[in-house]
Amino acid sequence: MENLIALLVAAPLLGAAVLLCGGRALDRAGHWLGTLLAAASFVIAVVLFTDMLGKGAEERTLSQHLFSWIPVEGFQADVAFQLDQLSMTFVLLISGVGTLIHVYSIGYMEHDERRRRFFGYLNLFLAAMLLLVLADNYLLLYVGWEGVGLASYLLIGFWQHKPSAATAAKKAFLVNRVGDVGLSIAIMLMFTTFGTFAFGPVLEATGQTSEGKLTAIGLMLLLAACGKSAQVPLQSWLGDAMEGPTPVSALIHAATMVTAGVYLIVRSGAIFNGAPDAQLVVTIVGAVTLLFGAIVGCAKDDIKKALAGSTMSQIGYMILAAGLGPIGYVFAIMHLVTHGFFKAGLFLGAGSVMHGMNDEVDMRKYGGLRKYMPVTFVTFGLGYLAIIGFPGLSGFFSKDKIIEAAFAKGGTEGWLLGSVALLGAAITAYYMTRVMIMTFFGDKRWQPDADGHAPHPHESPKSMTIPMIVLAFGSVFAGGFFSIGDRFMHWLEPVTRHDHGNSPLSAATVTGATMVVLVIGVALAYVQYGRRPVPVTAPRGSLLTRAARRDLLQDDFNHVVLVRGGEHLTRSLVYVDHSLVDGVVNGTAASMGGLSGRLRKLQNGYARSYAVSMFGGAAVLIAATLLMRAV
Amino acid sequence: MNPVNYLYLAALLFAIGATGVLIRRNAIVVFMCIELMLNACNLAFVAFSRMHGNLDGQIIAFFTMVVAAAEVVVGLAIIVSLFRSRHSASVDDASLMKL
Repeated sequence: MENLIALLVAAPLLGAAVLLCGGRALDRAGHWLGTLLAAASFVIAVVLFTDMLGKGAEERTLSQHLFSWIPVEGFQADVAFQLDQLSMTFVLLISGVGTLIHVYSIGYMEHDERRRRFFGYLNLFLAAMLLLVLADNYLLLYVGWEGVGLASYLLIGFWQHKPSAATAAKKAFLVNRVGDVGLSIAIMLMFTTFGTFAFGPVLEATGQTSEGKLTAIGLMLLLAACGKSAQVPLQSWLGDAMEGPTPVSALIHAATMVTAGVYLIVRSGAIFNGAPDAQLVVTIVGAVTLLFGAIVGCAKDDIKKALAGSTMSQIGYMILAAGLGPIGYVFAIMHLVTHGFFKAGLFLGAGSVMHGMNDEVDMRKYGGLRKYMPVTFVTFGLGYLAIIGFPGLSGFFSKDKIIEAAFAKGGTEGWLLGSVALLGAAITAYYMTRVMIMTFFGDKRWQPDADGHAPHPHESPKSMTIPMIVLAFGSVFAGGFFSIGDRFMHWLEPVTRHDHGNSPLSAATVTGATMVVLVIGVALAYVQYGRRPVPVTAPRGSLLTRAARRDLLQDDFNHVVLVRGGEHLTRSLVYVDHSLVDGVVNGTAASMGGLSGRLRKLQNGYARSYAVSMFGGAAVLIAATLLMRAV
Repeated sequence: MNPVNYLYLAALLFAIGATGVLIRRNAIVVFMCIELMLNACNLAFVAFSRMHGNLDGQIIAFFTMVVAAAEVVVGLAIIVSLFRSRHSASVDDASLMKL
């Protein structure tokens, strides 16, 4: 069974290699090949999963050693895989949702002449992401980490003829790089502290390590997670990343890649457990991002950007849960999986709407689409109910658990985090209702596009609707399935451990409070957008709305502090370079030049002056000889 | 007579020759001054030979004369061709390695 693990990565990697190197000959069948290999990966994952279920809880971890990557004395890097319950969960999510999105892309990218390349990139992404979650050491994880970053860059900038897409790709790449520096520093710290970076030895050795070192490693890992998972302060790239094709937004920037940060923190749980300060920072980052993303999501008129704000916010929930330690790890991953279903579904729904509306993304120009796109409406609607936490649907179970866990943290901290999580739930209900109403209800506010074509909304082809339906099933039933009998908790417990904490509030109280804020959020949105007609041009809005439209001034902040600061820094460095470094070099050269100019004058060609120096020299020699004799 | 006086004379002659080499511009005069210095040396050699009672100094004086004779041949030839090309026998005019 172990030997199958490498195939999980190899199948999509083969697809990427064939599709990207194959040339135009594959244009006609390339998308089928890509989808087939993604599906192959999923089938292998299911085989491994059933095999795993047949074993006892503690014997489920499989490992496969492929080869020794860097065999140096004292530095042993292996290409080796480890498949435990946590990796298995991710593998199923990635290959499953990945396959669905491959199928969806067949329809969505039908008219794109670079479709083969698109599927090649998607396969590359799957391979890198699977490598990330299957690696058994941090260095190999880093390879996958960079690989998904590359795939994300290529796919955001897939429509490279649009300057906005090219810029967004560059922005995502650069911001991610900041986080990646954190990961590489963390790995270096691990190596100096533990002498290795394989998961097993590192995580076992945390007990004998000083808290300071663990905190340093934890904070660096958090920086990495912030970059990849678009958490404050490295969140600015996610909104722009929506320039990529919608399946990419669904797969990479909603369901899988952006959750890699959560995986990293949960995987490194032992490190964080030993560093309460780092955990506190993690929860703060999660709580801040949770509100940040939600507020941004409320103000955006671009449907994909509103969903991107929501993604940020939901990942904030996961990071918050992961920062709670053993109380929250399981729920972070559970929310991650359910979020993978409903957010991918919502994005695919948004893509389907755009597909029918001449690629219009402004929700103010939608309205009343429920009659024209019934399947999209129903699947999007179920995703909507799931994300706001409607009782019985996926989000209800997973988000409720996180809010409970936040309270269970105990003390003032617990109260604060719990309240923030509750507030976030209210805002989530608000902005998602807003999206729902503006898109599917109300008057038709359709506008002809730039070429004057009036939109003719229509249902998307089967290849697009079927993945949406499957994801909608996941959005509805996954949460309940995981929660009944605490199935998910028992499944993950051997890897992440679990601690119930002691909540000051009973589970029923928390659920009740969540329901109350949910109703308030929905009602507010209904009053604002359902009862009154939605203006086609956005009203000026309050100060907060305007700030939120500009992503709460994140880009302005980055511009003023980082770009301007960087410019000033480089300018002063250039000045120092010119005046000091060049000054020394040029000064040396000038003085040498002056000196040689003077020396040159000695070579004047007059025989008599040479004779003088000869006599002078002889005189000095004789004088010196005499002097030495006298002494 | 005390042979040391010959040495004084040699030193005086050498000094006159050296001064002439340094301050005179005419190549012929400079040339003659060089000869003067050579002969001052010869005088010193012979004086030393006498003082030390062996013939080494006198033999070297002969060698010097032979070399000086050869040098006169080459030196005069140079001066003549210099004069032909520059119409001047001044050593300062010949300060460049080209015409």
